[in-house]
Amino acid sequence: MTADILTITDLKKYFVVGHKGIRRREPITVKAVDGVSFAVREGETFGLVGESGSGKSTVAYVTVGMYRPTAGSIHFRGQPLFGEKGERPLALKKEIQIVFQDPGSSLNPRRTIKQILELPLRIHRPQDNRLEQILALLEMVELPADYMYKYPRMLGGGEKQMVAIARALATQPSFVILDEPTSALDVSIQGKIINLLMRLQREFHLSYLFITHDLSLMRNVASRVAIMYLGKVCEIAETVEFFRSPYHPYTQMLLSSIPVVSEEEEQLKPRKIISTGEIPSPVNIPSGCSFHLRCPYKMEICTRIDPVMVQVGEGHLVRCHLHGQPGEASHEE
Amino acid sequence: MGQPRINSSSEAAALVAQRIRQLERESRRENLGRAWYKLSRNPMSVVGLAMVLSLILLAIAAPWVTPYPKHAGPFTDFANAKIPPCGRYLLGTDQIGRDILTRIIFGLRSSLLMGVVVLALVVPPGVLLGLLAGYFHGTWIDTLIMRITDIFLAVPPLILALAVASVLKPNLWNGMMAVSLMWWPWYTRLVYGLAVALRNEYFVTAAEITGASAGHILFREMLPNVLSPVFTKMSIDIAWVIIIGSMLSYVGLGVQPPEPSLGTMISDGARYLPDQWWIAVFPALAIVVVVLGFNLLGDGIRDMFAAEEI
Repeated sequence: MTADILTITDLKKYFVVGHKGIRRREPITVKAVDGVSFAVREGETFGLVGESGSGKSTVAYVTVGMYRPTAGSIHFRGQPLFGEKGERPLALKKEIQIVFQDPGSSLNPRRTIKQILELPLRIHRPQDNRLEQILALLEMVELPADYMYKYPRMLGGGEKQMVAIARALATQPSFVILDEPTSALDVSIQGKIINLLMRLQREFHLSYLFITHDLSLMRNVASRVAIMYLGKVCEIAETVEFFRSPYHPYTQMLLSSIPVVSEEEEQLKPRKIISTGEIPSPVNIPSGCSFHLRCPYKMEICTRIDPVMVQVGEGHLVRCHLHGQPGEASHEE
Repeated sequence: MGQPRINSSSEAAALVAQRIRQLERESRRENLGRAWYKLSRNPMSVVGLAMVLSLILLAIAAPWVTPYPKHAGPFTDFANAKIPPCGRYLLGTDQIGRDILTRIIFGLRSSLLMGVVVLALVVPPGVLLGLLAGYFHGTWIDTLIMRITDIFLAVPPLILALAVASVLKPNLWNGMMAVSLMWWPWYTRLVYGLAVALRNEYFVTAAEITGASAGHILFREMLPNVLSPVFTKMSIDIAWVIIIGSMLSYVGLGVQPPEPSLGTMISDGARYLPDQWWIAVFPALAIVVVVLGFNLLGDGIRDMFAAEEI
């Protein structure tokens, strides 16, 4: 088994969105991430799935250093990413990079592709020949050298995302966060970007934290998957296991709602659960298990006590009262 | 870890470098061409540009193109006073016999100079403060800068100009100082609003998490994105500054006689309305032309930048 490159332990990130009370002293907080733990292994693609508002992007932004965590810790190869205080060292900024969802807003409209790619090179690899490296980066993401002097608006959506990928890889990182890298793109280009990302992963032995809400895509790219709901992880499993025998009712619900074309495909789905309701606001998180409002197997205990993560199989963790309660009968048939 | 590199001999490298230089030249030409195309799509903005350029040329070349350059200085010729427009004096002469065309062209000099100097004094600090406040959005630096800005905005510029001009010696330079002092907050406000929005753009975040310095983020990532509205505002503001400058001269607190200024000419000529109308009307028309030219150009610049976003 390979070593872990990134270990997230009980990560919490609360945002203060306002104040209440007569003197407006009580803060209103959004618990965007509320006690998330998982580890990404060297060279793997770890998938993080969840609906909008589940906190998956916040995990990414904390990891990359946009926000400081409210509590918890993240370690990169054993090194803590957040010290007592102060800046993250440059060496760690070099190792952890991110590709954002919308290449339209992640590339400065007033800078040429050359200038965009120059910045990480200038900061992290000042000794290398910059022009040569820019050409090599463009070649790496299969863009012509003429693109150097173009502005982002002259490029298509897929091409822009390739530039964003080239920028992320310019520092020669070992860990790249992909925050829905294809969801803003045309379907015809998505495949191309995914293939490029997979090729680059093999070539440079990269570890990916792949964030998406597209479960079919996850099945194809990820080696392990974690599913998030209202700032908490519900289930973590190897991809095959995750799709074959999901334990958490939320996972089952999401898998049943994957759109399919044929009856055969429908048969492959584990168990039918009709998706009901929508994700509640993270300002008012339900008591007990946060999923109980939408859960078809809701029990009395679910409204009171938040379940804890238990291991149900090799590398398979679930956070649900139906499973793994010692002495209680398993719900599985 | 494998590293992407180009394996090439020095000759091939030289060829690549040459090709890159050529690309750079081509793209620069292409971008200039595109900018001109966008400006020229609106014929009125081309008219504005032509007006502004010819006014500037005229002001620079005043001593050589005016029929009576001496009339710009201390000069009197009562024999030829108040002559209506004719072949000899195209726009007539004023109450002491000076050629009005000559004095208008020389008057343009101080008007344009005032506009340019005020904007040169006002725009850099105004933009810088706006960028800083936006960059430090939500901190005490933001609060400090923006509250000071609000205080300055609360004072009407013309009133302050009058106050300064009456305390100090009334002349063109003190008038410009007074107007400048009141004008920067508008740029701070404009840039602040844009900078706050830019601060949250992913490209700024991307630069930040890579380790870019505050200077890089302020001047290379944020600044280029606020310039188009700033340029647009400048071209319209220069007209305003010229109007205020003329107002100051009109009330006697700007350019001092005998140096010609459009505002002084209007105030002097007003006494001879309506019989000797040309003394006041032509300088007034000159102000209209200047203001119109800069406003048309400003509209054109705005459209040009707007089209660029598409």
